Amino acid sequence: MYDVIIVGAGPAGITAAVYAARKKMRTLVLTKNIGGQAALSGDVENYTGFQFITGIELAQKFEEHLKGFDIEVRIDVEASCINKEGDHLLVNTPSGDISARSVILATGRRPRNLNVPGEQEYRNRGVTWCATCDAPLFSGMDVAVIGGGNSAMDAALQLDTIANKVYLVNRNDDLAGDEIMKEKLLASEKVEVLNLAETNEIIGDDFVTNLRVLVDGEERLLVVGGVFIEIGSVPVNAPACEAEKNEWGEVIVNERCETNVPGLFAAGDVTDIPEKQIIAAAGQGCIALLSAFKYLSTHKFENETK
Amino acid sequence: MADITVYSTPTCPYCKMVKAFLNEKGVEFKDIDVSTDRDAGKTMIEKSGQMGVPQIEINDKIIVGFNKEALERELESV
Repeated sequence: MYDVIIVGAGPAGITAAVYAARKKMRTLVLTKNIGGQAALSGDVENYTGFQFITGIELAQKFEEHLKGFDIEVRIDVEASCINKEGDHLLVNTPSGDISARSVILATGRRPRNLNVPGEQEYRNRGVTWCATCDAPLFSGMDVAVIGGGNSAMDAALQLDTIANKVYLVNRNDDLAGDEIMKEKLLASEKVEVLNLAETNEIIGDDFVTNLRVLVDGEERLLVVGGVFIEIGSVPVNAPACEAEKNEWGEVIVNERCETNVPGLFAAGDVTDIPEKQIIAAAGQGCIALLSAFKYLSTHKFENETK
Repeated sequence: MADITVYSTPTCPYCKMVKAFLNEKGVEFKDIDVSTDRDAGKTMIEKSGQMGVPQIEINDKIIVGFNKEALERELESV
């Protein structure tokens, strides 16, 4: 029986693990990856102590800190539901249930899917969620970016220098986000902004060939070899099956990072914390762990055997 | 020692993770930047049928993305 299982190893999960190690709690970290969204952030200039650091370097520093302790970490594990059973919690994983007296959920967020036909089928065959990674593969091609916020505009601007033509498919009547980026986009000869545009289907053979969109009520079949999906993110909340969530699916926590399930704590971007920032997530990871520690020391467990 | 090729772009965080992982394991690999070597990019896509980086060619297999376990498995079987 673990004292605490930490699900996720981004800034919140790793900070919780560091505190758990220093409290000498029997700890298990279950995670899909190390670093979470922080590792994918470009430049970070607001994490105290670092004037400038890239997201990946910061994530590596987190990992080094974690590895400085003797903590069991299982990577590439996706936890599904966390159930309360008696006075402990069961974390469901593909290789079986693992029980602990307390759990800290720190699974963060993942990019939002479009949920249209062809999206999953053409994943990595023209459909991508990482313009920063994959844009150079689309050199000289016609491509579409789906979305109308800062990340979509950023992707379109990256592609402006690489692709032949860029459609920016935006479902709203105007682009939302920084004016500077918007001006650059509208000035570009390669970028065509389609407002009030709904994406209906991604079509292809071996790779993506077309995008079917409804632009202000009129159907258009765009000829594109790439589709970049940049429509925000959603919390990874599947493990919080018994916890209360708000209307956006974020796990509701109080100032002690407690959920409504006794023994289940949550920290970082998966929660309803008002600001999604690396440093705020790390701060919550600390609070969640100390709350869990307090919970263990004040709670009477039926089975006290070690 | 197997021939290992990493197809990457300079801006891709997962590519950096793969290369850091391989360096940590002390294995040598060829790094191809497909943002400048377009022909290599095309070869990569033809071989794997996948348009995404990183891709790691090892033991005549191609691993797409940073999949630590799959990489470890292939490194061990060398």
